Amino acid sequence: MSKLPVSQEALIQQYGPHLHYAPQEGYTGRDEPDKVVETHCCFCGMQCGIKLLVKENKVVGFEPWMEFPFNEGRLCPKGVQRYLQNNHPDRLLDPLRRVEGKGFVPVGWDEAMDTTVSSIQHIQSKYGKDAFAVLSGVSLTNEKSYLMGKFARVALKTKNLDYNGRLCMVSAGAGNKKAFGLDRGSNNYSDLKHAEVIMVCGANVSETFPTLTYWIWQARDLGAKLVVVDPRLIPLARTADLHLDIRPGTDSALYGAMLKYLVDNNLVDQDFIREHTSGFDAAIDIVKDYTLEWAESITGIAKEKIKQAAQWWGTAKTSFLLHARGIEHHSKGVENVMACINLVLATGRIGKPYCGYATITGQGNGQGGREHGHKCDQLPGNRDINNPEHRKYIADVWGIELSELPMQGYTAYELIEAIHRGEVKGLLSICFNPLVSLPNNNYVREALEKLEFYVAIDFFLNETARHADIILAGSLHEEEEGTVTTAEGRVTRIRQAVTPPGNARTDTAIILELAARLGAADKFSYQSSEDIFNELRIASKGGTADYYGITYEKIEKNMGVFWPCPTLEHPGTPRLWEDRKFATADGKAHFNPTPYRDPGEVTDDDYPVVLTTGRVVSQYLSGSQTRRIGKLVDQYPEPLLEIHPQLAARYGIQQGEIVKVTTRRGAAEFPANIVETIRKDTVFIPYHWAGNKSANQLTPGTLDPISKIPEFKVCACRLEPSGTINGR
Amino acid sequence: METANFYKTEMEFFIDMQRCIGCQACVVACAECETNGQDSMIHVNYVDRAHTIQTTVQVCMHCEDPVCARVCPADAISKDEFGVVHTANTARCIGCSNCVMACPFGVPFKQEKYDLMMKCNLCYDRTSAGKKPMCATVCPSGALYYGTREGMRKMRPQSDPVNHFLFGKEAVTTKVNIMMPKGATMLKVHG
Repeated sequence: MSKLPVSQEALIQQYGPHLHYAPQEGYTGRDEPDKVVETHCCFCGMQCGIKLLVKENKVVGFEPWMEFPFNEGRLCPKGVQRYLQNNHPDRLLDPLRRVEGKGFVPVGWDEAMDTTVSSIQHIQSKYGKDAFAVLSGVSLTNEKSYLMGKFARVALKTKNLDYNGRLCMVSAGAGNKKAFGLDRGSNNYSDLKHAEVIMVCGANVSETFPTLTYWIWQARDLGAKLVVVDPRLIPLARTADLHLDIRPGTDSALYGAMLKYLVDNNLVDQDFIREHTSGFDAAIDIVKDYTLEWAESITGIAKEKIKQAAQWWGTAKTSFLLHARGIEHHSKGVENVMACINLVLATGRIGKPYCGYATITGQGNGQGGREHGHKCDQLPGNRDINNPEHRKYIADVWGIELSELPMQGYTAYELIEAIHRGEVKGLLSICFNPLVSLPNNNYVREALEKLEFYVAIDFFLNETARHADIILAGSLHEEEEGTVTTAEGRVTRIRQAVTPPGNARTDTAIILELAARLGAADKFSYQSSEDIFNELRIASKGGTADYYGITYEKIEKNMGVFWPCPTLEHPGTPRLWEDRKFATADGKAHFNPTPYRDPGEVTDDDYPVVLTTGRVVSQYLSGSQTRRIGKLVDQYPEPLLEIHPQLAARYGIQQGEIVKVTTRRGAAEFPANIVETIRKDTVFIPYHWAGNKSANQLTPGTLDPISKIPEFKVCACRLEPSGTINGR
Repeated sequence: METANFYKTEMEFFIDMQRCIGCQACVVACAECETNGQDSMIHVNYVDRAHTIQTTVQVCMHCEDPVCARVCPADAISKDEFGVVHTANTARCIGCSNCVMACPFGVPFKQEKYDLMMKCNLCYDRTSAGKKPMCATVCPSGALYYGTREGMRKMRPQSDPVNHFLFGKEAVTTKVNIMMPKGATMLKVHG
């Protein structure tokens, strides 16, 4: 029974999101804090260093952490305001039980745990172990991610565990594994500094990873050319040397045509290709007809601009290619990633100073979380759950029989589909708000309402958790010790600044008690986060993501350690592939053929306009945290429909007019923001909001066949002006 | 004006508009400074959002001969020995807005809730203690930067810092620099 117990409005009134502002004169004690804690921002994959000021077990402010090498004190508005999630009036202080007609009532931990465990046992005995699923997330530390993976497989004994990185990094991870045999950005960002050409492919750097902007500008100051590929003229593109205004869903056509240009103009590194790669001939055979003219017709980018980009890329001595969700959130996300990697390999510019390639991990621990924890097809150390040797190693570390270790389960969206058709009956979620972040969320809601039992661990009552039967009040980022792995592959330390307020507990304590009550106490007898990390080190040993040589002490001493780090003496690996020994079976980097194909949904007479979705600088992911912080909401209060004036004119849409946007999934209304900074055939809506403001009412559940990432970045829509101007 | 011993006079403030990404980190960070309460003294604005994503960021330029101080009938605005033009003395300010209208950069603004003019004072609490101003510390693109002129020239060899402005016939020299293309020496705003 996972329907809302009372109306949505009543739940919002009690649990928010409410806007939280600091007191006018700041929090008391900011000038004389009890302690100053060096930790990291809780948001994106940059994991900027920040100091939290603590007074009487409350975070009362922040100070820039000038010494942390990636950001040297720099922060974005989310980072500046992140401390306000502490002391927040919406904070859950007790476990809650759903009561029909009343909402949620506080209960004691014993009652909450008893209900949770008996419900899990009831479902699993009636329908089988796999009928209970776990959805986790990578804002969790490495320790908690590892713990969730082990908890699901050892305590719950279910195969059905996946995570919100399925909406984030999986296309890049799969593409990197195919090409390099390893899933990590090949370089740290200091390799940007002397790159002659930087190509940013589908990454709104200045809004989603603002502090990375500084590194790109350092290179530009020294003369680097910047090429930005994006359907919108994003802030980073405004001053770029070249902006390739690509039609959403056509990325691999662009990179395929660039590869052909490099080959035709002898701008490839034949020695590198011959000695260190395989698959080149097949990759170029696929693109042999991908002329600049053809690419222009598919991508909508003028062929002269494509040629210029390819010429710059081909003739540079040093370069760095970055990509993010813009090319990855597609039904061919893995192909797009491989098409980019083909350009890098063709020019042999990898594994050398200022020759770089990296996906930009989106979530705070998007990198480490997927390596060690809760990805349905992986075991710690980035091991393959379908590989018998990998399974044996982890079963031994965990002290279970090989036969007890579940096989691969469903990916995140497939899990929702399995719930929808009644195959999965129970759910535990932590750090995941799928009702906002998954596509076609009307369908997601229907699925949630079919659950027999749903328990959510969270510190705020997010939109998905409103459907829960039991809510276990968990902990914030700053309430536990741990580590995260940044987008660069740098393992850093998260410090506990305060303890959870009220009767809230740490996530770790909650999971450990659940495991014990499920009869697995002997497998979960950690005394500290460091204990968990030390087991993770062993579990990762020998895997591609080898953390064995990383200790808390070493991280603290060096302000982070880059994996792989296989021994205690090893200094870590800031730049991969310097030895030209790739992690593939044959030791070579692999070209992969990427024939162009259409996105999952194309425009037609009924749905003639391309819709793409994305983010704004003041919000983070599903907004569960950032929609509660006053100034971040004030900065961009509600989602706007960005539309080009020519497209607006075709439909008679006025500035600020409410526009009904309809796709094959549903309809929603957004005020128009008429701007010339977007393609004439494309509209854009940021996705951070819930309910009738959610862009994901419209997006399709089309999945990449390999990574199973949903296609958030392209679908077909139609537009109807309402005649009403917003706010009038 | 009492001054601390830690003020580093070799440190200068630089603004580079081409790098501004409009993120408002500086705006929210300014409000976290101890001196302003939760009010920000920085202006970040879209130039013309319909046509461009460009934003501008404006902090007090700390003029050599501050017109805000010249037009103040209450003598509430003062410049110290380091060239920092301080926000209005709260005991003297009469909230007349002369300074608001006179400033060629549009920096001071009237805080109606306090009936006072308020503006950026170069994070005096921080800079006098050897720290960087909050905005220039957090700015994620380097559009706002606090450091030495020599360091800036080395880091950004394609730009030159400029602190001479011509507003029509009114010449203004400022403590704060803006970064302009190499070789530029003055920014002519009108005519």
